[in-house]
Amino acid sequence: MKLYDYVLSPSCYKVRLMAALTGARLDIRPVDFHPGGEHRGPELMALNPAGSIPILEDGDLLLTESSAMLVYLATKSAPEWLGNGTADEAARVQQWLSFSHRLTASLGGARLHEMLLRGGDIAVLQAQGMTALRELEAGLVEQNLRGKPFLASDRPTVADIACFPYVALAPDGGVSLDPYPAIRLWSRAIRALDAFIEMPGIHRLHELKPEPHIALGEE
Amino acid sequence: MLNEWFPVALFGQLDGKVYKTALMGEPIEVSLNTDGNATVTSHTGRALPVCVRYGHVWSSLGEPQKALFAIPEADQPGRRFVDVGVVRVRCSPLRAVENFLDIAHFPFVHTDILGAEPHTEVQNYKVEIRDVEDEVWATQVKFYQPQAAKSASGGITTEYMYRVPAPTCSVLYKTCPPRPSEWDVITLFVQPLAEDLCDVWPWMALFDDETSMTDLIHFQQTIFLQDRSILENQIPRLLPLDPGMEIPTRADLTSVAYRRWLKRHNYTYGAQLVAQ
Repeated sequence: MKLYDYVLSPSCYKVRLMAALTGARLDIRPVDFHPGGEHRGPELMALNPAGSIPILEDGDLLLTESSAMLVYLATKSAPEWLGNGTADEAARVQQWLSFSHRLTASLGGARLHEMLLRGGDIAVLQAQGMTALRELEAGLVEQNLRGKPFLASDRPTVADIACFPYVALAPDGGVSLDPYPAIRLWSRAIRALDAFIEMPGIHRLHELKPEPHIALGEE
Repeated sequence: MLNEWFPVALFGQLDGKVYKTALMGEPIEVSLNTDGNATVTSHTGRALPVCVRYGHVWSSLGEPQKALFAIPEADQPGRRFVDVGVVRVRCSPLRAVENFLDIAHFPFVHTDILGAEPHTEVQNYKVEIRDVEDEVWATQVKFYQPQAAKSASGGITTEYMYRVPAPTCSVLYKTCPPRPSEWDVITLFVQPLAEDLCDVWPWMALFDDETSMTDLIHFQQTIFLQDRSILENQIPRLLPLDPGMEIPTRADLTSVAYRRWLKRHNYTYGAQLVAQ
């Protein structure tokens, strides 16, 4: 499986992360997205007329949508990442997979604007990002009330991987995660998964230090 | 600082269009003239000084009293020159340079690349402000690194020299894994947009015939993007030059010398002079 990849792209990271979590092997083909703009060059435009990355090639299968890549990787080697198959869970997975595009457009757009000087109305992008984060926060709180710590199920699914990167990198675009405790807990749960891999801006979970010992009644 | 040279664009990225940017709060425009030379103009239409060096266009709002600092390795045959590309950071331009000079954060921020626990000790090194060159130098810096460069296979103890030849620029000389008699050159050129906002232009001159250009760019972008979120969260946002504010340790000798040198020259754009 060949992934046309950019190390700073959250959408490419989704695929790398999913592959790591499911033990799939990827051949990485680095794309000079910045500063070279190689994704808009003739070779990649011929593969993907939308001019976006990631692109995943496996035999004669060519995918240009990251959500489809997550579903492909899961179906192939780790179907438990698709949810339990009930109508309810299947629908929630699809709901959040589609929703993840709003995160890309808003928080991802704000990040590109603030970090790599791409165009756009930063105030609008950030406001749309915050609206999406509030919706995600509410969704996670409701799931927690159902006793489920992840977006669509009691275990992580492709929906979590589709939403996690742009959310975790929201501060890169000037959008704080401080107001969203459920999102922070969820992010922690994802970063604690076995075989989790990081990307620049998403740090690994460092072990908690032991509780400080407080001697009582000494003062 | 007004008379200093600052990077304002990647020369190779200039096309027919006008590149709009800023220097110390003043909007400027960078473009190519009909002869293919870079020009820089202020928003009032004033032509600003220009020089093209190390892959970048350099300019100044004032009148530079001397030529841009020399990097002799930039003229050495066999090196590959890497335009890493701009990254904007919401931090003081001086803080971006200071972070670049710090070694102690490697195991914690660049984990498994430029450092790893438990190899966290910063051994003694030498720091001086060289009066003749008027530059800050740190030498004999050694650090254990799991993957010091794209060309390194496995962990090595890497030797470093740091140099600050201009208030917002630093040049790093580093053990070159494929050619031990030479130094790899990695620079950080910082364009001050405002006192708390900068565009950072990393650039490299390496001996490495194996690694693809894209991999070299991605390696350096990975490192710098690991720093970015840290830089954006430093408090206070301006670099404190008042020694009352912080307690440095031995590992911070380069930073101490850098701050002292900034103060001596009144390079205070992006600095906090009195602890608040």
